[in-house]
Amino acid sequence: MTLPGTARAMGFVACRSCGLVSTLTDALRRGRCARCASTLHVRETASAQRTLAWLVAGMLLYVPANVLPVMHTNGVGGGADSTIFSGIVSFWRAGAWDIAVIIFIASVAVPATKVLSLGLLLWTVQRRSEWAKAHRTKLYRAVDIIGYWSMLDVVVVALTTALLQFKALGTAEPRPGIVFFCAVVVTTMVAAKSFDPRLIWDTRAADG
Amino acid sequence: MAEENLPVPQIRSRRWRPSLVWLVPMAAALVGLSLLISTWKTMGPRITISFQTAEGLEVGKTLVKYRDVTIGRVTAIAVSPDHGNVLVTVELAKSAQDVASDDTHFWVVRPRFGVGWVSGLNTLLSGSFIGVQTGASRLPRRRFVGLEDPPPLEHGPHGTLVLLHADDLGSVSLGAPVYFRRLQVGRVIDERLEPDGRGVQVALFIDAPSDRFVNESTRFWNAGGLDVSLGAGGLNLKTQSLISVLVGGIAFESPPVTSDVRPAISGTQFFLYKDQAAAMAPPDGEPHYVRMRFEQSLRGLSIGAPVEFVGVNIGSVFSIDLDYDATTQRFPVVVTAVIYPRRMGRAYEVLAQQGTAQSDDSMARLVGQLVARGLRAQPRPGNLLTGQLYLALDFIAGAQTARFDPAVRPLEIPTMRGSIDELQLRIASIVDKIDALPMAAIARHVDEDLTGIHAAIDQLNNQMIPSVTGTFGAAHMTLGNIDRVLADDSPQMDSLEQTLEQARKTMGSIRALTDYLDRHPEALIRGRKATKRGEAAP
Repeated sequence: MTLPGTARAMGFVACRSCGLVSTLTDALRRGRCARCASTLHVRETASAQRTLAWLVAGMLLYVPANVLPVMHTNGVGGGADSTIFSGIVSFWRAGAWDIAVIIFIASVAVPATKVLSLGLLLWTVQRRSEWAKAHRTKLYRAVDIIGYWSMLDVVVVALTTALLQFKALGTAEPRPGIVFFCAVVVTTMVAAKSFDPRLIWDTRAADG
Repeated sequence: MAEENLPVPQIRSRRWRPSLVWLVPMAAALVGLSLLISTWKTMGPRITISFQTAEGLEVGKTLVKYRDVTIGRVTAIAVSPDHGNVLVTVELAKSAQDVASDDTHFWVVRPRFGVGWVSGLNTLLSGSFIGVQTGASRLPRRRFVGLEDPPPLEHGPHGTLVLLHADDLGSVSLGAPVYFRRLQVGRVIDERLEPDGRGVQVALFIDAPSDRFVNESTRFWNAGGLDVSLGAGGLNLKTQSLISVLVGGIAFESPPVTSDVRPAISGTQFFLYKDQAAAMAPPDGEPHYVRMRFEQSLRGLSIGAPVEFVGVNIGSVFSIDLDYDATTQRFPVVVTAVIYPRRMGRAYEVLAQQGTAQSDDSMARLVGQLVARGLRAQPRPGNLLTGQLYLALDFIAGAQTARFDPAVRPLEIPTMRGSIDELQLRIASIVDKIDALPMAAIARHVDEDLTGIHAAIDQLNNQMIPSVTGTFGAAHMTLGNIDRVLADDSPQMDSLEQTLEQARKTMGSIRALTDYLDRHPEALIRGRKATKRGEAAP
């Protein structure tokens, strides 16, 4: 390995807000960044634990988000509840496969990927794995970025219920499922934020 | 490491302790759990209903409604393994789990149209739904066979079910109204052939509270359609309402005086009469058949024409046949009539008490006695306008004695020509007599006489009238003479006056003489005495 090791191993700690590098001694004495007064963490406090907690919450909420209807449409000839998945299916059946794919990616694939990725990261970090550290860091960045794109579905429901209000001809109302879905997106985003990517590099080799 | 002089930092390796952040997944788990529990609480039983077709049913959309309240939803539709029907899986709401009991019926509500009714119109827009009718059973059941048509009675209204038996359905159709005093109080909910095919069975539902007017003596009759009858009584037109004209109808009424006024229980059986008259007639009792042989045309006598005994309708003509009598080479008309002796009312009761109406033989004896007393069957005109005939059984005074064989079955009642026939015969005989007169000779004689009279009148004109004129002239002259003679200044009058004066004097002398003779009757013998003053006659 050509890299000299971690900053911690070399006795430095960087401020996550302004990037000022302090020595560990300073950091331990002051606890705060000398420049921006942010709290200095060698590693985020209980990062893995908090990420896991948010992740578990997200996974729990993911079930009702997909089972419960997210929207109720009332039209001539009766109303119907639709879940996220039934919405995708109906879009696909109606021939709008592009919209179906977009909604599928945003509402099903992305949250699932996020959960799986964070799970993988947590697991490898716990094992202090040496495996593909750089790639895992990239994966974390990707998870962090795509996180909020899942809000697409929430926006779709919000727009539809706002626009489709024609009384007897057709109305759309949100259903509890969308709240859970929103909670899934938020909890997974918080989980991603709670994860300290520096843990990826705290391998046994680095400690040694 | 790189710089040895740096103090070795004390790495605080904390023991793992649960952070407050775990409250978040716990809260999520709680919410999820509560959802699960509430869903489990509201989830009712899953039932399977088989239908002939799944027309109008959609998975996830079609609802199950009881009294228009949604109690379930179709979750799956599949064809049965034997491809014979479709299996519709329905998830019922927890609150409606009692619905899935043994005697519940399901059917698909679609728009249906009939004469006089329309149902399920709202499903034109909303789509079909599955209707439910519950029963009293509490026995749970999961598999049902759906009805293809809605049950006649939805939601178990209060009322009474009545079963009617009839020879034929007439104009009654499903859903036809049932009238009581021309007010609709129920409807026909079912009609089917009797199992043996010898009649039809009609089920009525009488709504509460009108159903209490149905008791065990109630009579039902067919009040539907347009009942036009042209009988001996004239033209008859009967109808209840316009709807009943179209789809038929049934009316009922209870005889006014009945000993049995218990309201009928559901499922009581009645007979459906042909019309009101038949329904309200007293019970006919056993029918008896009689045969009559007429030696005349019976044009105007139709099957069903009344048979009247002394003016009381006791039966009807059953059949009219033409017979051939080889010995006389004539075609008698044989009429069979069915009579109901019970219609004779009190007379029948009296006869029954005497035991004469009990058996066939005693009945025959009774008829024999009546025939001996002059009982005859006679076709009579019931209506001169239409020429309809009826058969009258009546005692004809001075009827010729007729042969009656009490052993023959059916009883044969001797007949007489009809009264109109009789009249026709008499008129014919009069006409015959008129026909027999020597009209030509009479005419010739009259003609001759008239010619003679004419000659005589001619003679009178030419000879008599002139002489009569002369006679009148002479008479006129004579009268003129008489006039002259009688005039005041005529000598004849003078002399007449003188004559009268002398006659008056003469009369005075005669009176004096008679007076004198009154006083002196002896003077007739002795002559007149010396005259004294005042005594002597002048």
